Formats: sequence, structure tokens, C-alpha cells
Amino acid sequence: MIDALVAPFLEFGFMRRALVGCLALSFSAPPVGVFLMLRRMSLMSEAMSHAILPGAAAGFLVAGLSLPAMTLGGLAAGLTVALLAGLVTRSTQLKEDASLAAFYLISLAAGVLLVSLRGSQIDLLHILFGTVLALDDAALLLLGGIATVTLFALAALYRPLVMECVDPLFLRTVSRAGGPVHFAFLALVVMNLVGGFQALGTLLAVGLMLLPAITARFWARDLSGLIPASMLVSTLASLTGLSLSYHADLPTGPAIVLSAGALYLASMLVGPRGGLLYRLVRPRHLEA
Amino acid sequence: MTMPRPGAIGLRGLTLGYDRHPAVHHLDGTIPAGDLLALVGPNGAGKSTLLKGIVGEIPALDGRIERSGEAIAYLPQADEIDRTFPLSVLDLASMGLWRRLGPWRSLLGRRSEVVAALRAVGLDGFEDRPIGTLSGGQFQRALFARLILQDARVILLDEPFTGIDARTTGDLVALIRGWHAEGRTIVAALHDFGQVRAHFPSTLLLAREPVAWGPTRTVLTPANLARATRISEAWDENAAICARDHAGHAHAAAEDHAQDHAHDHAHDHAHSHHHQHDHAPHRYAEHGTVHAPPHRHGDAA
Repeated sequence: MIDALVAPFLEFGFMRRALVGCLALSFSAPPVGVFLMLRRMSLMSEAMSHAILPGAAAGFLVAGLSLPAMTLGGLAAGLTVALLAGLVTRSTQLKEDASLAAFYLISLAAGVLLVSLRGSQIDLLHILFGTVLALDDAALLLLGGIATVTLFALAALYRPLVMECVDPLFLRTVSRAGGPVHFAFLALVVMNLVGGFQALGTLLAVGLMLLPAITARFWARDLSGLIPASMLVSTLASLTGLSLSYHADLPTGPAIVLSAGALYLASMLVGPRGGLLYRLVRPRHLEA
Repeated sequence: MTMPRPGAIGLRGLTLGYDRHPAVHHLDGTIPAGDLLALVGPNGAGKSTLLKGIVGEIPALDGRIERSGEAIAYLPQADEIDRTFPLSVLDLASMGLWRRLGPWRSLLGRRSEVVAALRAVGLDGFEDRPIGTLSGGQFQRALFARLILQDARVILLDEPFTGIDARTTGDLVALIRGWHAEGRTIVAALHDFGQVRAHFPSTLLLAREPVAWGPTRTVLTPANLARATRISEAWDENAAICARDHAGHAHAAAEDHAQDHAHDHAHDHAHSHHHQHDHAPHRYAEHGTVHAPPHRHGDAA
């Protein structure tokens, strides 16, 4: 069992690279997902992952399958959409979900248009489903860099970010940090999605961000438990997914996300914080 | 622009509203430093709007608010707090330390201070409870603990006792009186006239327009309250542009006397109605008698 789990990583360099890349992503994307979930912006990351597409496609059109070009393009497109949506939200009556929906749809349509201008169906699949088994040094450095920046940024923004989540009105009356903190957080979302699309593809990049975060909700009560729990779930999902894809010859990205999905379903059943099984038994109530 | 004393708030021809429709119309006067002012008026009178304007949540349509720029602590009526967020009561109250600690300085050495604030509002032993498990009254107590930690010179409270039981209200009123004794400026929007009469030395009666402003017993007269109810709450879609003078012209000379003026005027009526309002404190219109209109600064222009 252990052998089957470890052997492919010992044997093949590309498996080790995939593992390192996924681990880096497992330490940066899930904490961001925890905040997204707590702010009820879970679906917003799905929208953002679509918004990245035209930038990546433009990079692909200009430079072919080049990591820096596609990454820069994706970052630029994602940040533009996040910034525009944020500006519209703060200066008009539109709520954030509505303004984001408007911009991501425009962005997605532009992306599909760009891809169809030159690429074939295969190119599109490549962008959508990632290249986790072909991570080169540059891609690993990028994933590691994103993880480092994300963890440091979250540490620096932690207090105002929590306040902005819990009581934005209070933060507005004591500080002007609310706006910048919100934009910085959106930038972290975009960065991690771009990182994720290297490993898993745009459509599944959201998976490692949200599924571990949502799963952690069944195991931990507060942020100090949620964030480590989400990292752990993500790490487990990466390991299982990579092994499964090796042994059963499955596509890697979906295998990882489905592993995270399986962990989510299991946690929903047996998780100690509101898991379904715990609802079935009715424990004796307390004195006070 | 003159800077008022720290803790004082000057309102100069202030009009606040939404989408050009005024909710507070041509308000002039000064809330002196150290005042304990009750903000009274029917629903839709502009009480919350005025507090939002002072704290800077909404911009003025006309006129201006003069403050010396010190911190304001504000307890809104409809807070935007996400009570499902997994946060402890201790953490919620600790937010009040933001001005002193900012985003990075450690909370570790402050725990005793936060615990003391929680004890002051009767939330001993609630430190580690998630905020989602608190009842309405307990939550309001926690927000008052946060106000204590904010240690602000100016404190604005928007209907702080709505839906709160008598015991909690009593505790929190005692806290407010303590702040008053410390010389802080406190403005509270309230609906309970008995409470206002018992604890608040001065009152501003609003009905979109200021109806009366001065010592509480001279403001809360049946005549004033009847006037306040009569002023329409209606929102006229086709209202004409207000032709009244803009702030800072005709008002400039008289505005600093706004409050004294209100006092003088109110004394005329105070004694004859004392009896009535003691017995019918919860109705705006005691009887139909119409008195001479009380002082309204806007009319002077």
C-alpha cells in the first residue's frame, strides 16, 4: 500500500515535480479559499478562473505554449477584471457578484474568441485541463513564488482582512484599509488561480482552492483550525490524485480534484462539526 | 472653516439625504464637547441619516459638518456584521483596539484589557464563545465592549436599546452615563422618551427638519412632538429643487447661537406642559393644540 503510494514518486522525476508543484499550491490556494468561503464568495473564484482565460489565450497566441507569456497574460486579465468589478461595486449601486458576473462574461467571451482565432480544439483542452505532469523548472519556481507571496501577504493582511469579512462598516469607520485590503485579497485570488491553471487548468484551478476550504469547515471551528485543516486536505488530495492518475492512468487534474471531492463527501458524513452522522445521533443535552 | 473644540461637532446648514431627496434638511447648530444628546423623532425622521453623515458614511447634499478630526466610535442600527463568521467574542471586542494596534501590533499583552471591557458589560466568561452563539442582548453587550476599547472622544449610538431587555438596557445606560462623566461627547438615537428624560440632559427632536433642540424637558413638549409627527414622511418623486439659501450665507452670523436660541424659546413652553408629558411620555401627539412654531433656524433665512 505504502509502496504503491511512494513508488511512482521515487521512480519518476516528473511525478516528483508534479508533487512539489501540487504541494506548493496546497499551501497557498486553500487558505485563500477559506476566506472566499467565509465571505460567501465561493462562486466568485469560479468566475475569476474564467476571467483569466483571455489573458492566457492572448499569451498563447503571441508566444505559443510559453509559461511566462500565459502567466503574465492570465495575471493581467484576472487583475483587470477584479479591479474593474471592484471599482464598479464601490462607485455604483451594483453588488459585487453582479458587476463581477458582467466583467467575467465579457472576459470569457473574449478568451474563447482569441483561442478560436488560431488554436485547434487540442490547444483549448490544454489550456483548460493543465499540464501537471509536465512542470518544468520555471513552472515550479512560479508555483513556489506564488505560495510564498500568498502566505506572507495573508499574514500581513490577516487582521484587516478578518475585520473586512466580519464587519466592513466598522473597518470603514476606523480605517481606510478596507478598500486596499479587499483589492489585495482579490489579487491573491487571481495569483493562485493563475498558479492553479498551470497545474490543473483554469476549469479545475478553483477545485484545489475551494474544495479543501469547504471540507475543512466540517473539521475546524475557527480560522486557526480552518486554515491548517484546509492545507492538510489539499495535500492529501494532491497525493491521492497523483497516485491514482499514475496507477489507473487517469488524467491528473481531474483525479486530484475528484480526490478532494471524495474527501469533501467523506467529511460531510463524518466530520465532527455538523457532519451528517452527528446529526443522526442526539447526544444528551447539558446542564447549562 | 473654523475648527471646533475637540469633541464638539458643528452642523452648518447641513442637508443629508439619498438621491437628492433630503432626509435631514437644513440642520444648524453645535453639539458641544461633552454633551449627552438624545436624537429623537418618528421613524424616517433622519436620525440614522444624521449619525451616518457625522461618521462620514454618506456625503452631505449641502452644508457641512465641522469636527476637529478625532476618532469617532459608531454603533450603527443595522450593522453589517456577519454573525456566522467563526470569530470569538474576545476577537470581536479586540477590534476596538484597532486605532492603537493597527494591523500588526500584538494583541497578546492586551488580553487583560479586553477581558476587563467584557466584564464591564457583563460578559464575564464569554471570551472564547463564537459570536454566532450569542443572543441579541449579549451581542449588543459585546459591541459595547468594543466601544469601550475604542476609547473614542465622540460616541454615536443608533438605537442601541432596540430589542434589548430592561436589565441589559439599564447596564448599558449606566455605561453611557459613565462615559458622559468622563467628558466624552455622546449622541444617541432613541425612541423611549422616559429613558431620554431620565438620562439625557439635552435632546434634538428631528422630523427631517430640526423641530427643537435644547434641554430635554424643554424639547419633549406635546406641542413639539405633535409638530414632529405632522411633518410628512412622504418622499415626493417630483419635489422641486430646494430654494432655501445654501449653507454659509445668511446662517453664518446666527448659527453659533442656534442652541442658546432653542433654549430660550423652549423655556416659554416648558412649564405649562410639564404635567402632561410626564404622564404620556410615549405618544408624539398628546392633544391637538397648536402652539406657535418653535425656533427653526432654516426659517431665519
